[in-house]
Amino acid sequence: MRKTILAAVIAAVAGGAAVPVLADPPFDAKDPKYAPYIAGEKRSGYTFAEPETRAMQDDDFSNPGFLWVEEGKKMWSKVDGKAGKACKDCHGDAEKSMKGVGTVYPRFDPHANALLTLEQKINQCRTERMEAQPLKFDSKPYNAIATFVKHQSFGMPFAVQTDGPVAPYFDMGRRLYYERRGMSDVACKHCHEDYWGMHMRTELLSQGMPNGFPQYRLKWQTLGTAQKRIRGCFEEVRAEPYPVDSLENTVLELYATWRANGLRVESPAVRK
Amino acid sequence: MQTSITRLALAAVLAVALAGLAEAAPRKKAPERGYFDVSRMAPLTDQKGDPANGRKVAATKGLCVSCHVMPIPEQPDHGDVGPDLAGVGSRMQPPELRMRIVDPKVLYADTIMPSFYKSDLNRVKKGLEGKPFLTAQEVEDVVAYLATLK
Ligand code: HEC
Ligand code: HEC
Repeated sequence: MRKTILAAVIAAVAGGAAVPVLADPPFDAKDPKYAPYIAGEKRSGYTFAEPETRAMQDDDFSNPGFLWVEEGKKMWSKVDGKAGKACKDCHGDAEKSMKGVGTVYPRFDPHANALLTLEQKINQCRTERMEAQPLKFDSKPYNAIATFVKHQSFGMPFAVQTDGPVAPYFDMGRRLYYERRGMSDVACKHCHEDYWGMHMRTELLSQGMPNGFPQYRLKWQTLGTAQKRIRGCFEEVRAEPYPVDSLENTVLELYATWRANGLRVESPAVRK
Repeated sequence: MQTSITRLALAAVLAVALAGLAEAAPRKKAPERGYFDVSRMAPLTDQKGDPANGRKVAATKGLCVSCHVMPIPEQPDHGDVGPDLAGVGSRMQPPELRMRIVDPKVLYADTIMPSFYKSDLNRVKKGLEGKPFLTAQEVEDVVAYLATLK
């Protein structure tokens, strides 16, 4: 339970009645233990999380996200589809072949001639090379294989591209990031650029960095992808979310991930 | 007008300093205010605002306490995105308060504060389209409540 220290300070200064504003979890940019979670001015959601939530993420045994990593690891070498192949048959040892892959998605795919999320790329491999069914969004195997692949880049800095064929997607992403929407009439940037570090009721606004996805969310009681989280932020402001894997949701993921360039892959992170 | 600008700037600075983030990345500066014609902001309804109901709306449906510290101590977890509204009734007159709530973008185009009485909003969730956040009477009630915060 959080205490209302900040509230007491405000009340003392203002000389008014005690009003409850939540206190912040500890963070000191100069403390070397936070170095893996910051890059210049950029701060991972980890630094805004409660100490208990951080502890859960830090320990592979208490981090529920590792159930998905384990499941994905099994899927990696399991044959599926008419071609009689597993991921492993084309890609070998994931620890080598998938290292760094998680840092560059969403990425322009010349074969599909489109911007693809990591999850979309995995489904492309399934349908085109394995001749298997695409995995259903937010299903256990969909989340598991993506988390396993992403985790192979754990600790590596994000480096999504924004130029060349990606430029038009990036521009669209930026436009949508700055576009007001919903009953609350706000854009992503209002919460995650202008007011991070401030409280919206019980929520401490973070910079909205997606470097922990796929991640376990206590509120969801399960693990989910960036696509799911972005739709959640639409719901938060009573806006109509764009469909999963729509161009709009994908370019928003691209723009948000570009903002996190330099921060490290934390998947599977744990957040409130 | 001049005092309320200074107060607003002070409140913003204070909030940032108190959050212990003064040395962090530059954040929103105190907003610059645009000119607006107060006389345009006549009451939205004929019925006089009810401050008691306004207080209730501010704490619940209006979500004001999500962003503002307000003298409503029984409601937990006030936010600090916006300035503390204690004393706002002596900083602003009802027409300005009304304008603030109806459509604060008129005062400050880039504000995070929702427009509570505007119905042509972008991409509103299905089922809520065309409806303003608050009813005209609720806006009047909130204005009446804020005016009591002296
Ligand atoms: C009204 C405020 C608000 C708006 C607008 C908003 N978000 Fe968020 N967002 C939150 C809150 C609250 C959380 C959970 C706490 C946190 O990390 O900030 C969150 C979390 C996130 C996260 C996860 C961060 C992490 O560390 O896990 C991402 C990514 C994100 N938002 C992206 C977006 C995008 C993209 C948009 C626009 C489509 C957006 N947000 C609009 C309030 C908002
Ligand atoms: C999402 C955040 C948010 C919500 C919700 C919100 N406000 Fe605000 N409000 C702000 C911010 C930020 C400011 C500071 C000026 C600006 O940015 O427009 C502000 C300024 C104000 C001011 C001017 C205060 C001053 O001293 O200059 C008043 C009055 C006000 N809000 C009333 C309300 C009321 C009443 C509600 C609910 C019906 C409400 N606000 C809901 C964010 C919010």
